[in-house]
Amino acid sequence: MTTPARYRAPPADALLVEPLDALTAIYHRPSGTTHLLAEPAPQILAALAAAPLDPAALAAALADAYEVEGGGDALAERLGELVEAGLVERL
Amino acid sequence: MRHATAIRVGPVTFRVGSAWPAPVAALADLYRDYPPPGDVPDFTVRLEPPRPWRRVFRPQVAIAGDFTLPEAVPLPLAHGLLAAEMGMNLQMALGHRRHLLLHASSVERDGAALLMTGESGAGKSTLSALLAARGWRFMGDEFALVAPDTGLVHPFPRPVSLKNESVAAVAWAGARFGPVLAGTPKGTIRHLVPDAAALVAMDRPVPPRLLVFPRFGHAAAVRPVAPAEAFVRLTEASTNYVALGEAGFRALTGLVQAVPAVAVDYPDGAGGIAAVEALWTAR
Repeated sequence: MTTPARYRAPPADALLVEPLDALTAIYHRPSGTTHLLAEPAPQILAALAAAPLDPAALAAALADAYEVEGGGDALAERLGELVEAGLVERL
Repeated sequence: MRHATAIRVGPVTFRVGSAWPAPVAALADLYRDYPPPGDVPDFTVRLEPPRPWRRVFRPQVAIAGDFTLPEAVPLPLAHGLLAAEMGMNLQMALGHRRHLLLHASSVERDGAALLMTGESGAGKSTLSALLAARGWRFMGDEFALVAPDTGLVHPFPRPVSLKNESVAAVAWAGARFGPVLAGTPKGTIRHLVPDAAALVAMDRPVPPRLLVFPRFGHAAAVRPVAPAEAFVRLTEASTNYVALGEAGFRALTGLVQAVPAVAVDYPDGAGGIAAVEALWTAR
Protein backbone atom coordinates (compact mmCIF):
# COMPACT_ATOMS: atom_id res chain seq x y z
CA MET A 1 0.00 0.00 0.00
CA THR A 2 1.40 3.38 -0.98
CA THR A 3 1.49 6.34 1.34
CA PRO A 4 -0.66 9.24 0.08
CA ALA A 5 1.27 12.34 -0.99
CA ARG A 6 1.53 15.12 1.51
CA TYR A 7 1.23 18.80 0.74
CA ARG A 8 3.05 21.75 2.25
CA ALA A 9 2.21 25.47 2.12
CA PRO A 10 4.78 28.25 2.62
CA PRO A 11 5.29 29.36 6.22
CA ALA A 12 2.96 32.18 7.25
CA ASP A 13 5.73 34.80 7.07
CA ALA A 14 6.32 34.00 3.38
CA LEU A 15 2.86 35.28 2.46
CA LEU A 16 1.07 38.60 2.76
CA VAL A 17 -2.65 37.87 2.95
CA GLU A 18 -5.28 40.58 2.41
CA PRO A 19 -8.95 39.53 2.28
CA LEU A 20 -10.64 41.96 -0.14
CA ASP A 21 -14.25 40.78 -0.53
CA ALA A 22 -15.18 37.37 -1.93
CA LEU A 23 -11.53 37.11 -3.01
CA THR A 24 -8.28 37.19 -1.07
CA ALA A 25 -5.15 38.88 -2.41
CA ILE A 26 -1.97 36.99 -1.56
CA TYR A 27 1.58 38.17 -2.14
CA HIS A 28 4.07 35.29 -2.30
CA ARG A 29 7.33 36.77 -1.03
CA PRO A 30 9.77 34.16 -2.40
CA SER A 31 8.54 34.66 -6.00
CA GLY A 32 7.25 38.24 -5.77
CA THR A 33 4.00 37.06 -7.38
CA THR A 34 0.52 38.34 -6.53
CA HIS A 35 -2.37 35.85 -6.48
CA LEU A 36 -6.09 36.48 -6.18
CA LEU A 37 -7.73 33.44 -4.60
CA ALA A 38 -11.32 32.38 -4.05
CA GLU A 39 -12.50 30.07 -1.27
CA PRO A 40 -11.37 27.49 -0.24
CA ALA A 41 -7.82 28.23 -1.43
CA PRO A 42 -6.91 30.69 1.38
CA GLN A 43 -8.29 28.22 3.95
CA ILE A 44 -6.21 25.40 2.45
CA LEU A 45 -3.07 27.53 2.65
CA ALA A 46 -3.77 28.34 6.29
CA ALA A 47 -4.39 24.68 7.16
CA LEU A 48 -1.16 23.56 5.46
CA ALA A 49 1.01 26.31 6.92
CA ALA A 50 1.75 24.64 10.25
CA ALA A 51 2.70 21.19 8.97
CA PRO A 52 2.40 19.13 5.76
CA LEU A 53 -0.81 17.08 5.51
CA ASP A 54 -2.15 14.41 3.19
CA PRO A 55 -5.54 15.08 1.54
CA ALA A 56 -7.51 13.11 4.14
CA ALA A 57 -5.88 14.93 7.04
CA LEU A 58 -6.35 18.24 5.23
CA ALA A 59 -10.06 17.50 4.71
CA ALA A 60 -10.37 16.68 8.39
CA ALA A 61 -8.51 19.86 9.41
CA LEU A 62 -10.73 21.96 7.14
CA ALA A 63 -13.91 20.23 8.27
CA ASP A 64 -13.61 21.70 11.75
CA ALA A 65 -14.07 25.21 10.43
CA TYR A 66 -15.10 24.85 6.85
CA GLU A 67 -16.86 22.48 4.47
CA VAL A 68 -15.45 22.19 0.95
CA GLU A 69 -18.28 21.82 -1.53
CA GLY A 70 -17.86 18.78 -3.74
CA GLY A 71 -15.93 16.75 -1.19
CA GLY A 72 -12.60 15.01 -1.74
CA ASP A 73 -12.47 15.37 -5.54
CA ALA A 74 -12.96 19.13 -5.35
CA LEU A 75 -10.32 19.38 -2.65
CA ALA A 76 -7.85 17.43 -4.82
CA GLU A 77 -8.56 19.78 -7.72
CA ARG A 78 -8.00 22.88 -5.59
CA LEU A 79 -4.75 21.39 -4.28
CA GLY A 80 -3.62 20.71 -7.85
CA GLU A 81 -4.33 24.36 -8.78
CA LEU A 82 -2.35 25.63 -5.80
CA VAL A 83 0.59 23.37 -6.73
CA GLU A 84 0.45 24.71 -10.28
CA ALA A 85 0.41 28.30 -8.98
CA GLY A 86 3.52 27.59 -6.95
CA LEU A 87 1.80 28.23 -3.63
CA VAL A 88 1.70 24.63 -2.42
CA GLU A 89 4.40 21.99 -2.67
CA ARG A 90 3.65 18.29 -3.20
CA LEU A 91 6.10 16.28 -1.07
CA MET B 1 23.35 68.50 -25.03
CA ARG B 2 23.56 71.98 -26.49
CA HIS B 3 20.36 73.22 -24.85
CA ALA B 4 18.91 72.15 -21.52
CA THR B 5 16.41 73.06 -18.84
CA ALA B 6 15.33 71.62 -15.49
CA ILE B 7 11.70 71.10 -14.57
CA ARG B 8 10.08 69.88 -11.40
CA VAL B 9 6.62 68.34 -11.31
CA GLY B 10 5.56 67.42 -7.77
CA PRO B 11 8.34 65.31 -6.20
CA VAL B 12 10.20 64.62 -9.48
CA THR B 13 12.84 66.80 -11.16
CA PHE B 14 13.67 66.28 -14.83
CA ARG B 15 16.60 67.57 -16.80
CA VAL B 16 15.60 67.91 -20.43
CA GLY B 17 18.35 68.41 -22.99
CA SER B 18 17.97 68.95 -26.70
CA ALA B 19 20.05 69.30 -29.84
CA TRP B 20 17.79 72.24 -30.82
CA PRO B 21 16.81 75.37 -28.89
CA ALA B 22 13.09 75.30 -29.82
CA PRO B 23 11.82 72.33 -27.76
CA VAL B 24 13.70 73.53 -24.67
CA ALA B 25 12.39 77.06 -25.07
CA ALA B 26 8.80 75.80 -25.54
CA LEU B 27 9.15 73.58 -22.48
CA ALA B 28 10.68 76.30 -20.31
CA ASP B 29 7.83 78.63 -21.29
CA LEU B 30 5.12 76.03 -20.62
CA TYR B 31 6.57 75.37 -17.13
CA ARG B 32 7.54 78.96 -16.29
CA ASP B 33 5.02 79.27 -13.41
CA TYR B 34 6.12 76.02 -11.70
CA PRO B 35 8.01 76.09 -8.37
CA PRO B 36 11.81 75.83 -8.78
CA PRO B 37 13.37 72.44 -9.59
CA GLY B 38 15.44 70.35 -7.19
CA ASP B 39 19.25 70.50 -7.33
CA VAL B 40 19.68 66.94 -8.54
CA PRO B 41 17.51 65.65 -11.37
CA ASP B 42 15.75 62.33 -10.86
CA PHE B 43 15.63 61.69 -14.59
CA THR B 44 17.26 62.96 -17.75
CA VAL B 45 15.42 63.23 -21.06
CA ARG B 46 17.36 63.83 -24.28
CA LEU B 47 15.79 65.04 -27.50
CA GLU B 48 18.22 64.30 -30.25
CA PRO B 49 18.26 63.59 -33.99
CA PRO B 50 17.97 59.87 -34.81
CA ARG B 51 20.76 60.44 -37.42
CA PRO B 52 23.23 63.37 -37.36
CA TRP B 53 21.86 64.99 -40.53
CA ARG B 54 18.35 64.98 -39.08
CA ARG B 55 19.39 67.89 -36.89
CA VAL B 56 19.21 70.18 -39.95
CA PHE B 57 17.66 68.24 -42.82
CA ARG B 58 13.91 67.64 -42.22
CA PRO B 59 14.73 67.61 -38.53
CA GLN B 60 13.42 64.72 -36.42
CA VAL B 61 13.32 64.26 -32.65
CA ALA B 62 14.11 60.89 -31.09
CA ILE B 63 13.42 60.43 -27.39
CA ALA B 64 16.35 59.23 -25.31
CA GLY B 65 17.33 59.45 -21.66
CA ASP B 66 17.85 57.23 -18.63
CA PHE B 67 15.27 54.84 -20.08
CA THR B 68 14.63 54.39 -23.79
CA LEU B 69 12.17 52.49 -25.95
CA PRO B 70 14.24 51.28 -28.91
CA GLU B 71 11.29 50.92 -31.28
CA ALA B 72 9.86 54.41 -30.66
CA VAL B 73 9.29 56.35 -33.89
CA PRO B 74 10.94 59.78 -34.09
CA LEU B 75 8.68 62.86 -34.27
CA PRO B 76 9.10 65.94 -36.47
CA LEU B 77 10.84 68.84 -34.72
CA ALA B 78 7.57 70.81 -34.72
CA HIS B 79 6.29 68.25 -32.19
CA GLY B 80 9.36 68.60 -29.97
CA LEU B 81 7.21 69.65 -27.01
CA LEU B 82 5.19 66.44 -27.33
CA ALA B 83 8.44 64.47 -27.55
CA ALA B 84 9.64 66.09 -24.31
CA GLU B 85 6.38 65.20 -22.53
CA MET B 86 6.50 61.64 -23.86
CA GLY B 87 10.11 61.38 -22.72
CA MET B 88 9.21 62.55 -19.22
CA ASN B 89 6.32 60.04 -19.09
CA LEU B 90 8.62 57.27 -20.23
CA GLN B 91 11.19 57.96 -17.49
CA MET B 92 8.42 57.96 -14.88
CA ALA B 93 6.75 54.80 -16.18
CA LEU B 94 9.98 52.81 -16.38
CA GLY B 95 12.09 54.33 -13.65
CA HIS B 96 10.06 55.77 -10.79
CA ARG B 97 10.24 53.67 -7.63
CA ARG B 98 9.40 56.06 -4.76
CA HIS B 99 5.64 55.79 -5.26
CA LEU B 100 3.14 53.33 -6.62
CA LEU B 101 2.45 54.86 -10.00
CA LEU B 102 -1.15 54.69 -11.22
CA HIS B 103 -2.13 55.71 -14.72
CA ALA B 104 -4.84 57.97 -13.32
CA SER B 105 -5.90 61.58 -13.08
CA SER B 106 -6.51 63.13 -9.68
CA VAL B 107 -8.19 66.22 -8.23
CA GLU B 108 -8.65 67.40 -4.67
CA ARG B 109 -11.54 68.83 -2.71
CA ASP B 110 -12.10 69.09 1.06
CA GLY B 111 -8.54 67.88 1.69
CA ALA B 112 -9.00 64.53 -0.06
CA ALA B 113 -8.31 63.12 -3.51
CA LEU B 114 -10.60 61.78 -6.22
CA LEU B 115 -8.75 59.32 -8.46
CA MET B 116 -9.98 58.58 -11.99
CA THR B 117 -8.47 55.78 -14.02
CA GLY B 118 -9.34 54.14 -17.29
CA GLU B 119 -8.10 53.31 -20.74
CA SER B 120 -7.06 55.99 -23.19
CA GLY B 121 -10.21 57.81 -24.31
CA ALA B 122 -12.13 57.09 -21.10
CA GLY B 123 -11.99 60.80 -20.35
CA LYS B 124 -9.94 60.86 -17.17
CA SER B 125 -7.79 63.72 -18.43
CA THR B 126 -10.69 65.87 -19.68
CA LEU B 127 -12.75 65.20 -16.55
CA SER B 128 -9.88 66.28 -14.31
CA ALA B 129 -9.55 69.55 -16.25
CA LEU B 130 -13.33 70.14 -16.22
CA LEU B 131 -13.38 69.59 -12.45
CA ALA B 132 -10.40 71.95 -12.06
CA ALA B 133 -12.39 74.59 -13.95
CA ARG B 134 -15.10 74.16 -11.29
CA GLY B 135 -12.77 74.85 -8.39
CA TRP B 136 -11.31 71.42 -7.63
CA ARG B 137 -7.57 71.44 -7.10
CA PHE B 138 -5.91 69.80 -10.11
CA MET B 139 -3.35 67.18 -9.04
CA GLY B 140 -2.51 65.51 -12.34
CA ASP B 141 -4.02 64.10 -15.52
CA GLU B 142 -1.56 61.28 -16.25
CA PHE B 143 -0.03 59.73 -13.14
CA ALA B 144 -1.22 59.56 -9.54
CA LEU B 145 1.62 58.81 -7.12
CA VAL B 146 0.63 56.75 -4.07
CA ALA B 147 3.17 56.73 -1.23
CA PRO B 148 3.65 53.13 -0.03
CA ASP B 149 4.35 54.17 3.59
CA THR B 150 1.48 56.64 4.13
CA GLY B 151 -1.05 55.82 1.40
CA LEU B 152 -1.22 59.53 0.54
CA VAL B 153 -1.67 60.63 -3.08
CA HIS B 154 1.08 62.98 -4.23
CA PRO B 155 0.31 65.51 -6.97
CA PHE B 156 2.06 65.24 -10.32
CA PRO B 157 0.43 68.25 -12.02
CA ARG B 158 1.94 68.28 -15.48
CA PRO B 159 0.19 70.49 -18.01
CA VAL B 160 -3.06 68.80 -19.08
CA SER B 161 -2.66 67.14 -22.44
CA LEU B 162 -5.92 68.00 -24.20
CA LYS B 163 -6.68 66.06 -27.37
CA ASN B 164 -8.89 66.86 -30.37
CA GLU B 165 -12.42 67.96 -29.33
CA SER B 166 -11.32 68.38 -25.71
CA VAL B 167 -9.04 71.25 -26.73
CA ALA B 168 -12.01 73.57 -27.17
CA ALA B 169 -14.08 72.10 -24.34
CA VAL B 170 -11.86 72.98 -21.38
CA ALA B 171 -10.65 76.31 -20.08
CA TRP B 172 -11.08 78.73 -17.24
CA ALA B 173 -10.66 82.50 -16.84
CA GLY B 174 -7.01 83.33 -17.46
CA ALA B 175 -6.17 79.79 -18.63
CA ARG B 176 -2.77 79.53 -20.28
CA PHE B 177 -2.18 77.14 -23.17
CA GLY B 178 0.87 75.83 -24.98
CA PRO B 179 1.12 75.88 -28.77
CA VAL B 180 -1.34 73.87 -30.90
CA LEU B 181 0.36 70.64 -32.00
CA ALA B 182 -1.55 69.47 -35.09
CA GLY B 183 -1.14 66.17 -36.89
CA THR B 184 0.55 64.27 -34.05
CA PRO B 185 0.13 60.49 -33.75
CA LYS B 186 -2.62 61.26 -31.18
CA GLY B 187 -4.31 63.94 -33.30
CA THR B 188 -4.34 67.61 -32.33
CA ILE B 189 -2.83 68.23 -28.91
CA ARG B 190 -2.71 71.36 -26.82
CA HIS B 191 -1.31 71.63 -23.31
CA LEU B 192 -3.21 73.52 -20.63
CA VAL B 193 -1.10 74.85 -17.76
CA PRO B 194 -2.65 74.04 -14.36
CA ASP B 195 -3.91 77.06 -12.46
CA ALA B 196 -1.88 78.81 -9.76
CA ALA B 197 -3.66 76.99 -6.91
CA ALA B 198 -2.57 73.63 -8.34
CA LEU B 199 1.05 74.70 -8.75
CA VAL B 200 1.37 76.34 -5.32
CA ALA B 201 0.08 73.14 -3.69
CA MET B 202 2.03 70.66 -5.81
CA ASP B 203 4.07 69.51 -2.79
CA ARG B 204 0.98 68.83 -0.66
CA PRO B 205 -0.21 65.21 -0.74
CA VAL B 206 -3.72 64.25 0.42
CA PRO B 207 -5.42 60.99 1.37
CA PRO B 208 -7.54 59.31 -1.33
CA ARG B 209 -11.31 59.29 -0.75
CA LEU B 210 -12.95 58.02 -3.94
CA LEU B 211 -11.83 55.95 -6.92
CA VAL B 212 -13.73 56.33 -10.20
CA PHE B 213 -13.45 54.27 -13.38
CA PRO B 214 -14.98 56.65 -15.95
CA ARG B 215 -16.13 55.63 -19.43
CA PHE B 216 -16.94 58.40 -21.91
CA GLY B 217 -19.62 58.17 -24.60
CA HIS B 218 -21.98 55.70 -22.92
CA ALA B 219 -25.47 56.10 -21.48
CA ALA B 220 -25.27 57.37 -17.90
CA ALA B 221 -24.78 54.52 -15.44
CA VAL B 222 -23.13 54.13 -12.04
CA ARG B 223 -22.01 50.77 -10.66
CA PRO B 224 -20.09 50.03 -7.46
CA VAL B 225 -16.81 48.18 -8.03
CA ALA B 226 -15.83 45.56 -5.43
CA PRO B 227 -12.35 45.85 -3.89
CA ALA B 228 -10.99 42.73 -5.63
CA GLU B 229 -12.07 44.02 -9.07
CA ALA B 230 -10.64 47.46 -8.27
CA PHE B 231 -7.41 45.77 -7.20
CA VAL B 232 -7.07 43.87 -10.48
CA ARG B 233 -7.89 46.92 -12.59
CA LEU B 234 -5.38 49.04 -10.69
CA THR B 235 -2.58 46.48 -11.06
CA GLU B 236 -3.22 46.83 -14.80
CA ALA B 237 -3.26 50.63 -14.52
CA SER B 238 0.05 50.71 -12.66
CA THR B 239 3.33 50.87 -14.53
CA ASN B 240 5.47 49.84 -11.57
CA TYR B 241 3.29 47.54 -9.42
CA VAL B 242 5.44 44.48 -10.15
CA ALA B 243 8.73 46.36 -9.76
CA LEU B 244 7.73 47.64 -6.30
CA GLY B 245 7.11 44.10 -5.03
CA GLU B 246 5.83 43.94 -1.47
CA ALA B 247 5.56 47.72 -1.12
CA GLY B 248 3.30 47.83 -4.18
CA PHE B 249 1.09 45.05 -2.81
CA ARG B 250 0.69 46.82 0.52
CA ALA B 251 -0.01 50.19 -1.11
CA LEU B 252 -2.58 48.82 -3.54
CA THR B 253 -4.46 46.52 -1.15
CA GLY B 254 -4.48 49.40 1.36
CA LEU B 255 -5.94 51.73 -1.27
CA VAL B 256 -8.79 49.46 -2.39
CA GLN B 257 -9.67 48.58 1.22
CA ALA B 258 -9.75 52.22 2.33
CA VAL B 259 -11.46 53.84 -0.63
CA PRO B 260 -14.77 53.00 -2.34
CA ALA B 261 -14.61 52.44 -6.09
CA VAL B 262 -17.30 53.24 -8.65
CA ALA B 263 -17.59 52.71 -12.41
CA VAL B 264 -19.18 55.74 -14.06
CA ASP B 265 -20.45 55.67 -17.65
CA TYR B 266 -21.26 59.14 -18.97
CA PRO B 267 -22.47 60.52 -22.30
CA ASP B 268 -20.71 63.91 -22.24
CA GLY B 269 -18.60 66.22 -20.10
CA ALA B 270 -21.55 67.78 -18.26
CA GLY B 271 -22.97 64.36 -17.46
CA GLY B 272 -19.61 63.15 -16.19
CA ILE B 273 -19.16 66.16 -13.93
CA ALA B 274 -22.66 65.80 -12.49
CA ALA B 275 -22.20 62.08 -11.78
CA VAL B 276 -18.79 62.47 -10.16
CA GLU B 277 -19.77 65.44 -8.01
CA ALA B 278 -22.92 63.64 -6.84
CA LEU B 279 -20.83 60.63 -5.82
CA TRP B 280 -18.36 62.86 -4.01
CA THR B 281 -21.09 64.66 -2.07
CA ALA B 282 -22.68 61.34 -1.10
CA ARG B 283 -19.42 60.13 0.46
